[in-house]
Amino acid sequence: MSNFIRRRELDFLLYEFAEIQTLFEHDRYAHMDRENVDAILTTAVRIAEDKFLSHAEKLDNNEPTWDGETVHIIPEVKEALDAFCEAGLMMGPIDFDHGGMQLPHTLSQAYMGVFHGTNASTAAYPLLTIAASNLIIAHGSDAQKSTWVEPMLDGRFLGTMCLSEPQAGSSLADITTKAEPDGDVYRLSGSKMWISGGEHELSDNIVHLVLAKLPDAPAGVKGISLFIVPRYLQDDDGRFTKPNDVTLAGLNHKMGYRGTVNCVLNFGDVDGAVGYLVGEPHQGLKYMFHMMNEARIGVGLCAAALGHAGFLYSLNYATERKQGRAATNRDPASEPVAIIEHTDVKRMLLAQKAYTEGALSLALYAARILDEIEVTDDEQVKKDKLNFLDFLTPIVKAWSSEYCVTANRHAIQILGGYGYTREYPVERLYRTNRLNPIHEGTNGIQSLDLLGRKVVMNDGQAVRTLMGEIQATCDAAPEDLKAFAEQLASTSQAWAATTMTVCGAAMQGKIDVFLANSWEYLEATGHLVIAWLWLKQAMACDGKHSAYYEGKRAACRYFFKHELPKVGPKLELLSSMDDTCLTVEPTQF
Amino acid sequence: MKILTTVKRVTDPDMKVKIKPDGTGIVTDGVEYKMNSFDEYGVEEAIVLKQNHGGEVVVVSVGPSASTKEIRTALAMGADRGILVETDAELDSDAVARVLAEVVKKEQPDIIVMGKQAVDSDRNQAGQMLAAYLGYPQATFAYSLEVADGWATVGREVDGGTSTKRIKLPGIVTADLRLNEPRYASLPGIMKAKRKPLETMTPDDLGVDVTSKVRVIKYEAPEERQAGRIVETVDELIEVLRNEAKAI
Repeated sequence: MSNFIRRRELDFLLYEFAEIQTLFEHDRYAHMDRENVDAILTTAVRIAEDKFLSHAEKLDNNEPTWDGETVHIIPEVKEALDAFCEAGLMMGPIDFDHGGMQLPHTLSQAYMGVFHGTNASTAAYPLLTIAASNLIIAHGSDAQKSTWVEPMLDGRFLGTMCLSEPQAGSSLADITTKAEPDGDVYRLSGSKMWISGGEHELSDNIVHLVLAKLPDAPAGVKGISLFIVPRYLQDDDGRFTKPNDVTLAGLNHKMGYRGTVNCVLNFGDVDGAVGYLVGEPHQGLKYMFHMMNEARIGVGLCAAALGHAGFLYSLNYATERKQGRAATNRDPASEPVAIIEHTDVKRMLLAQKAYTEGALSLALYAARILDEIEVTDDEQVKKDKLNFLDFLTPIVKAWSSEYCVTANRHAIQILGGYGYTREYPVERLYRTNRLNPIHEGTNGIQSLDLLGRKVVMNDGQAVRTLMGEIQATCDAAPEDLKAFAEQLASTSQAWAATTMTVCGAAMQGKIDVFLANSWEYLEATGHLVIAWLWLKQAMACDGKHSAYYEGKRAACRYFFKHELPKVGPKLELLSSMDDTCLTVEPTQF
Repeated sequence: MKILTTVKRVTDPDMKVKIKPDGTGIVTDGVEYKMNSFDEYGVEEAIVLKQNHGGEVVVVSVGPSASTKEIRTALAMGADRGILVETDAELDSDAVARVLAEVVKKEQPDIIVMGKQAVDSDRNQAGQMLAAYLGYPQATFAYSLEVADGWATVGREVDGGTSTKRIKLPGIVTADLRLNEPRYASLPGIMKAKRKPLETMTPDDLGVDVTSKVRVIKYEAPEERQAGRIVETVDELIEVLRNEAKAI
């Protein structure tokens, strides 16, 4: 196995932490057992190593080019996508009813992580396509499902999401792309920016999901509708060969993620791009959030996987690179030691392990909630779990991308000068991961979403759920973890009290004061959640002893000793309603 | 056409193998297992033969109960049914060949396609011994295989080139790496494999005594390679090779 994947970690997270086997008791997942989960992971790991990792460096060095007519991408990308689709990985998370394999989300997320970690650029194409399929399945008409979903699941068509415009990125209320009714269809016109997978020859067709406004649309986000706009329309024989009025305006040249073609698309330069309305008019943003929420968890998972790949690579390097001697060794003639013997290197490895395995556990925990929503018939339970998942989503996205980029920074540091060169993959992992705090809603937006929306929705239900979950975990902690349980319980109480204080400003109508330190709030909440999940990971090791389990305990200890104490000062700052960032004037910089 | 193919459960060749301190074997704690790489080519070829000629692919393994995992992988790739001859005994190639010979007598396949050797012990014997026990023709190290009219035409990798051999079936072909590109077990294939029949029997059931005729005396790691040294001149190189390395 390569230095980018650790199968043992997948097994631990799936069976010991997320306890995926308990899902198999439910009718929905009765077709699953450990043997086929193992076999599916084996297939995923092999394809990831043989077909994805094998061209990751070449793809980074040869980003897609456009000659004015065609986008060129190295052929290995298509070969990798073919292997991915032929193995049925695209249809893994899709229900039987829609031609899929109906695998637990916990499992499909785990194997997607393997692809992100080995080659996030190539993995982005199926990631977007699966999310687009899910959106059409959830909100499209039967005719739309039968036309688009099947070819997407077998990889003949790939999908995109077209939200941003050159003048409207984070602020979707300001989009100007128009959709005019034209018989049964709509004609779209406008420009879309940052379209990943927007133009290429990797598939027979590209299914763009586009946000646009109808002529009678109300202003702002309530006036946005969603359209399916294919690159090719059906000809008289029913084949998709007629070019739609969608043109490539130019490629973006990125710092990382360089193999995922990213572009500006013009819709309707000539006579309007044909689009098909999804669901009801003006409900587009709501539908798109179906895809966005899935994509945000995907981003958090990707960040964790890239971080973990860097961790594993730097770990292997640190065990082989010999340099220096122990601080206690004064004999210059003695053999140098592997750098993993040095305490500061161990610190950077522990930090990477704590961040990335913490973030992986969070992504799989979120996926497990999705599975629990699927298997219950109790509407109230469904509602509560969905509410909690909504609360966790900005944390999965923003905390993971923030800290797993930091993990990649540590990986480079461990390799020293070599890590800074393009001879080693850790700088590529870092450059690629650096996108994750930006796309699918910037981390700043995520913090506003968390505090301004998710914390206060349903009368603060999600806050109570988190407090209840933490309490339950702390109560169940075995004797040797009681000290951490107490530390976690008291931090959570301080966090809840701070949440009340901060929300007080909202109740007084001071929305700007309420949101002034939203990023600090996200970091504090993220650290609390990750500490809780590390306690759960350590509890999953109870009674088990091997170097692997001791490593889990060490990482848990690292998080509680080195990271969780950072929450207190953040909570103090938040409770003080500090307005430094709010009041500084643009002219004062 | 009935095609019989074989799989061996081996330690993952990509893992660093540690030898027990007393040299009696390798450390198996935490070791990952997988299907012998050469057998993947054999299984793939068996499936291709079935696709081209119809019939049935039977996959056989001799080894511990966990070998069902490798059989299931072959079933997920497209084989039709599995047979495990279960034993925890330390097997030598001869024992495996005698067990397989009995399975072949029961199953009466038209052709047997095996990996040319196992990547754990690298013995390269089982196929040849099986041919001898059965009195069947054999074509080893295949890089191509055509079957027609009861004969197999086999392109073989040999020292310094290739050779082509025609054998009358039933016969044994052992696969080399250029024979094909083994497919991955697909997700639908994995789900289907669960419902395919897998029969378990023991060497006793087949009347085979698997007591090993080969005794392993000791395992030891090859001597660690010494660090290299850069010499200044060709003369110095010759001098070092002659007097220090005593290589010339």
